[in-house]
Amino acid sequence: MVQDTHAHDVVLEVINLKKYFQFSRKAVLKAVDDVTFSVKKGEVFGLVGESGCGKTTAGRTIVGLYTPTSGRIVYEGEDVSKLRGADVKRFKRHMQIIFQDPYASLDPRMTVGDIIGEALDIHGLATGRDRLARIHELLDVVGLSAEHANRFPHEFSGGQRQRIGIARALAVDPKFIVADEPISALDVSIQAQVVNLLSRLREERGLTYIFIAHDLAMVKHLSDNVGVMYLGRLVELAPSAELYKNPVHPYTQGLLSAIPIPDPRVERERKRIVLEGEVPSPVNPPRGCRFQTRCRTVKPICREEDPKLKQVAPGHFAACHLY
Amino acid sequence: MAGERLLDVKDLEVSFYTYAGKVHAVRGVSFHVNRGETLAIVGESGCGKTVSVQSTIKLIPMPPGKIEGGTVLFDGKDLTAMSDRDLQSVRGAEIGVIFQDPMTSLNPTMTVGRQITEGLIKHQKLSAEKARQRAIEMLSLVEMPNPRERFRQYPHQFSGGMRQRVMIAIALSCNPKLLIADEPTTGLDVTIQAQILDLMKSLQTRMNTSIILITHDLGVVSKLADRIVVMYAGKVAEAGSSEDIFYDAQHPYTQALLKSVPRLHEEARRDLLAIPGTPPDLFVPPKGCAFAPRCGYAMRVCLDHQPGAFPAGDNHAVACWLMDPRAAHVRDGHAGRAEAAGARGGAS
Repeated sequence: MVQDTHAHDVVLEVINLKKYFQFSRKAVLKAVDDVTFSVKKGEVFGLVGESGCGKTTAGRTIVGLYTPTSGRIVYEGEDVSKLRGADVKRFKRHMQIIFQDPYASLDPRMTVGDIIGEALDIHGLATGRDRLARIHELLDVVGLSAEHANRFPHEFSGGQRQRIGIARALAVDPKFIVADEPISALDVSIQAQVVNLLSRLREERGLTYIFIAHDLAMVKHLSDNVGVMYLGRLVELAPSAELYKNPVHPYTQGLLSAIPIPDPRVERERKRIVLEGEVPSPVNPPRGCRFQTRCRTVKPICREEDPKLKQVAPGHFAACHLY
Repeated sequence: MAGERLLDVKDLEVSFYTYAGKVHAVRGVSFHVNRGETLAIVGESGCGKTVSVQSTIKLIPMPPGKIEGGTVLFDGKDLTAMSDRDLQSVRGAEIGVIFQDPMTSLNPTMTVGRQITEGLIKHQKLSAEKARQRAIEMLSLVEMPNPRERFRQYPHQFSGGMRQRVMIAIALSCNPKLLIADEPTTGLDVTIQAQILDLMKSLQTRMNTSIILITHDLGVVSKLADRIVVMYAGKVAEAGSSEDIFYDAQHPYTQALLKSVPRLHEEARRDLLAIPGTPPDLFVPPKGCAFAPRCGYAMRVCLDHQPGAFPAGDNHAVACWLMDPRAAHVRDGHAGRAEAAGARGGAS
């Protein structure tokens, strides 16, 4: 964990971010609805939640794959939406993404060398002999070998493909990486390989990550701070250890309690909070607090008023009328 | 009845004949399920866990698949010798199956109700009306809200969790003795997974069904399993009670698997143990132990000879040469932490 003074420098601020998708004249899907958080230099910020909570949309909007409906993304003090021309390119060099599905995110008709080299070409970072040397170096960094450069993605296993995805992201020497479920398509023994690789790269290159996942145990393992999303909203935000030891939002409590622990004795002794029902549709979210339909501690005010994110302990925020 | 074997599989061999050659997917697998218990079969993709179980009731596509050896005794009957017709009356009636992906295993053009009554009419010879009543009962049993309305709806009108409840209702409708659950919660969100697992557990107690749970998720295993079979590259690496496997694992693969996952309740961060390399290609099955190339304790003998199953206690068996009395001693720390000291280059 990076705990020096630099660690406290905020490198990314997400302010009141909204991303809506218009389905038809009437139906609007509010995938990310008013989300605010900041990421410090060198930290791993975990973003967790169930499918449809907006975590992937948030990540993609941050790297600029989607244009925000409203709100601001401030990177190193600059509003990203105001950047033009060469500045946009510079921002994209700083900020890279690793995608979830290593089977779908690599062009099957390009060699691994070209997949990695494309990024070098776009940013004009290396040509000719240098380009090849750089590709080989990147393959080496992620634990593949130089001879892999001439092969195609289908010749690789899932874990190896994800390494290629990481090498591609690293090609432009980024400072910030959004890793969107980078391990969820992989087998457990391979997950550990990729997670350890991401940790090593962070230490060696001083990277900052947003780690998006639904595997809360893995997020706990990797992250310094964690944000929990539900139906487009950030419902709780806290340092990792604090969040897992002392979750305050009823949704976070239910989510943590739902995860089976690979230890039968611990599992038997656990007190369980079972969340009833399912996540409502984000096209037509419930009035008031979005979690009110599944909440055990729902009060009349929850059905009327949307709770704001407030500080409940130092560095620990929750959006709940209980606090 | 307790302790009696309901399903007994011995030396099962299954291969797939593809254009690229023969894939020896299951290489002499033996396991059994006692009445009323849950057996978990754990392993990574391609280890043969699904094929092993599906072959027992000939659910694998044949060809390209071929069962090349072994016996399957279910409730005293030899399933391998049974005609397809007789086997059909076992499948569905005595053995129910829940597949991983409820969207592709339900028929999108049939109402959910018809899909539940189909088996009841065929196997239990119920009248259409009786079957309808029983199906609605099953839907309420799996805690489906508004079962009468849901009976008339199509799969696309259900969420993933609700579809899996329908699958469970279909699988359990004829009161089977054995339920095969193949990755029943993979792809579901954790809060929904918790609901489904709770449901399976309570239905098992109520109906006294045995369950074979096929999964890669050790958390799910720890919640449900009485006994565990760990598979690797088409073979059983280790088999034992849930306690044996989680707290006294002897096979280096089992130990590594347990250490490769982070645990939510642990305070301190530790490095995850990554198993280097990838599982072998079963087009060319290795001569010796399939795990040897990735194993930190591999000895010369491991590369050339396949280990048999060594006993490590009551009902605990380990397919590893380290268990051979001639092997160098591997010191045991607590709960499956073996030290590498002196393990290399031992007996052969």
